[in-house]
Amino acid sequence: MSDAFDVKVEKRANCAVLRTEGYVNNLGGEKISEKVDQLIDTGITVFIINFEKSNIVNSIGISILIEVIEKLVDIGGKIYFTNLTKTISKTFSIMGLTQFAEICETEDDAIKEVSK
Amino acid sequence: MAKESSVNEVDLVIPMLPDIEVAATKTAAAVAEYMKFDSDKIDELNQALIEACINSFEHSKSLDKKLYIKFIINDNELTVVIKDKGSGFDTGSINENPDIKDKLKSDYKRGWGLMLMKNLMDSVEIDSNEYGTTLTMTKIK
Repeated sequence: MSDAFDVKVEKRANCAVLRTEGYVNNLGGEKISEKVDQLIDTGITVFIINFEKSNIVNSIGISILIEVIEKLVDIGGKIYFTNLTKTISKTFSIMGLTQFAEICETEDDAIKEVSK
Repeated sequence: MAKESSVNEVDLVIPMLPDIEVAATKTAAAVAEYMKFDSDKIDELNQALIEACINSFEHSKSLDKKLYIKFIINDNELTVVIKDKGSGFDTGSINENPDIKDKLKSDYKRGWGLMLMKNLMDSVEIDSNEYGTTLTMTKIK
């Protein structure tokens, strides 16, 4: 029904940027989680997830993002969410993700935060 | 898929198929746009509808595997009634205010649907019995 989900990864010196495309449902959440797991295995602990091309989510997909947050809390990592629609930002806030993740307006804003 | 059932109602019946909730949001958006809701409120309505649909798909145990959605247009508000013909559930068993701190420690990370619907809509009511569940939610323009 919905477009196929895709996530592209860009490794940077001090973090990894994941750019999602499509519906962040259970499958979308799992694809993000798989990529983060692979990157953690290479030593990366700071992640920026850019949702510019994902304007639809559900709580199953977000629950998988909570698993990702849990892993990062355990290893002292950090996660930034960027380019959220107003409603997705509100949804993340209602669920409390903002207590453990930072929301930045743009990917560049998050990269600046990481570099501080 | 959608049909006009009376002057101020639109009925939609969707099969319980993966991601079909996205199709339901297209009808919701069209009705809300007709009513001149602003885009943020339409997005919130759609998010709540997605949660209502996936809750039903997952938990209703519906025999006919269908979800019956009615959009009721009023002057200043849109009411969405979502019915399934499942086996119902104890509405008192729902945790309406899950806490992410608890979820981080728990193996069960889910259970956010009702909380999201209540925060994104202006009212949400659930009626459930052994013949099915009806969720009624309203968004004010």
